[in-house]
Amino acid sequence: MEAGTPDLVKLEDLRVPGQLSGRKHILAILVENKPGVLARVAGLFSRRGFNIDTLAVGPTDDPSVSRITLTLDGAVHPIDQVTKQLHKLVNVLKIRDMEPEETVAREMALFKVSAAVENRAEIIQFADIFRAKIVDVARRTMTIEVTGSADKIEAFERMIRPHGLVEMVRTGEIAIARGHE
Amino acid sequence: MESLKAEGVKNAFGIPGGANLPMYDAVVDADFRHVQTRHEQAAGHAAEGYARASGNVGVAFSTSGPGATNLITAIADAMLDSTPTVFITGQVKSELIGTDGFQEADILGATLPFVKHSFQVTDARQIPEYVHEAFHVASTGRPGPVLLDIPSDFFRADIEYEPRTEPVELPGYKPSTEGNIKQIRIAAKALANARRPIFYTGGGVINGNASEELRELAASDQFPVTSTLMGLGGFPASSDHFLGMLGMHGTYTANMAMDRADLIVAIGARFDDRITGKLDEFAPHAKIIHIDIDPAEISKNVGAHIPIVGDVKQVLPKLTREYRALQTDSGRMEAWWTQIRAWKQEHPLFYEPSTDGEIKPQSMVETLCKVTNGEAIVAADVGQHQMWAAQYYGFDRPRRWINSGGLGTMGFGLPAAIGAKVACPDELVTCISGDGSLIMNVQELATCVTEKVPVKIFLMNNGYMGMVRQWQQLFWDRRYSGVELGSSPDWVKLAEAFGATGLRVEDEADLEDTMRAAVETDGPVLVDVRVTQEENVYPMIAPGNAAREMVEAPGLVR
Repeated sequence: MEAGTPDLVKLEDLRVPGQLSGRKHILAILVENKPGVLARVAGLFSRRGFNIDTLAVGPTDDPSVSRITLTLDGAVHPIDQVTKQLHKLVNVLKIRDMEPEETVAREMALFKVSAAVENRAEIIQFADIFRAKIVDVARRTMTIEVTGSADKIEAFERMIRPHGLVEMVRTGEIAIARGHE
Repeated sequence: MESLKAEGVKNAFGIPGGANLPMYDAVVDADFRHVQTRHEQAAGHAAEGYARASGNVGVAFSTSGPGATNLITAIADAMLDSTPTVFITGQVKSELIGTDGFQEADILGATLPFVKHSFQVTDARQIPEYVHEAFHVASTGRPGPVLLDIPSDFFRADIEYEPRTEPVELPGYKPSTEGNIKQIRIAAKALANARRPIFYTGGGVINGNASEELRELAASDQFPVTSTLMGLGGFPASSDHFLGMLGMHGTYTANMAMDRADLIVAIGARFDDRITGKLDEFAPHAKIIHIDIDPAEISKNVGAHIPIVGDVKQVLPKLTREYRALQTDSGRMEAWWTQIRAWKQEHPLFYEPSTDGEIKPQSMVETLCKVTNGEAIVAADVGQHQMWAAQYYGFDRPRRWINSGGLGTMGFGLPAAIGAKVACPDELVTCISGDGSLIMNVQELATCVTEKVPVKIFLMNNGYMGMVRQWQQLFWDRRYSGVELGSSPDWVKLAEAFGATGLRVEDEADLEDTMRAAVETDGPVLVDVRVTQEENVYPMIAPGNAAREMVEAPGLVR
């Protein structure tokens, strides 16, 4: 339907765009670096019943601005409604719904695994395959740092879990748009 | 105080306490009127009533802790009804914050879900800037409540003061007001093609001061108009084009017209559940044009086919111009109007008239309308009386009807009437209340008397919390629980105890004269009107039902 068409708009041609995208979304939210801003964002999600999958907050190149990166499921939540509600917060400056094709997204995880001497070689091999780093070795455990997409971290977890996962910690994804040619 | 003056504040409502003592010291010399209420909640509702009657920002003050928490209901109420308000709370001294000091409450944290925005002052020098920003945020875009929490030591600080009058620059706050012209053109063309259109108008028309623009658009053709509870008065109730209120207790005609429409133009309305009923069966044949200043309202509950984000006052004239340029033939709506007129004829608002002198609540509202020539400002509480007032008063002008629509706050009416009277001292301000609601803020009769705010209260006294009783009767097999109010208090004596005039009327024959006497008596008056005890509000769409399953008043002759 063109805006400038001379004929009348036929009502039967009008459609409402679909609300649910069905995929994971990464939202990059630039907010003012002020006290209580995270509480406003988090409170909005809880009272509107939006479920955050991961959340990462940190400074940006501008000290007055912080960046909140969060991921949520577009099969459950209408992303359009989420971003519009976020925009109503006065401290929210800009929201970007990152395009998956044009985004570099990374998450970091630390895995502490029980590592008896006879298993260490195998664990180190897994770490190599995943381009992970051994960052701590103790008598009974090894700690491995993995960086990558959420999928990669989950794959690594599946590999390492049979060895005895003592503890795991993940940061939540951060993302940046790819540079343009 | 200087900052408030710079914002043009002429009236404020509130109660002092430890943490805002320094501000109240400044109130002594301030050149605006401070109305001392008897409870902070009432100060908040009075600020709302003031804002709704005048269109200006309403202001309420409280101290820290319990003073501030008492404001919360009013803040939430202002949020749901988009009422431009600024709430200034005192806070414990900055060095005591976080120590659970005496009368410390995290009011900023507690009100986060209910505010459009909020500020806590952390340096006295921020006060002029924050006050300026608070008024800007409260009154622009979709209006709403803004909280300003000020630790008591900052009230006392001597700062270099320069009034802030420059335009506010908030990088994260830029409401779009104009409306996308391409979308408006598409909307005009869709409208030109509609055979069964209806305008569904809401509180945005009142807040946006756009009733004239709405009348212009409706007059461009034979467009039928219905209104939400919050929008009443935005379009004249006496117009032939008006179908009455829609929704749970809306007219048969308005609800059926929504059900059968092929095109709904939502103007400053938000598809609340009290309007849509069962969402899946709402307006099954209609395409939706949704005009709203808040983009988040668009497609929130009901998907919009043609969204237009903007201020209705700016969008409607453009839509009128574009529509008129199309020069369509209004003959296409003839069958629609035949249908609408038939509905109006066969399904009017109806109640069984009284036969034995008993006062029917509906007739009480009709009589009040007659006595006041339909021109009073009517502040209502929440419940059956509110619905009957909305159905039977017939508001022809905006800002005459002030009620708690979104939050449904019992106890809203009297303080809101006080606020409206302070805003419009030359107007007749009435409060229609119920015996369940009025007692929730009845202490404000003292405010009416001591602050000389002569509101006229018409109490629809049926001895019940009537709306809850109606639901228990209809949906809980008449097992009444917690709804009987008995005969306490004696309202006439209560009014007199406060120093107001109390009147009572029990016979329909005396109703009009008593109401006239109330209007003509100086000072605040409370009229205890004894009405039918178990009368129900009809029509009614039961919660979760579709509009066409609406139940009409028993006894309506077809």
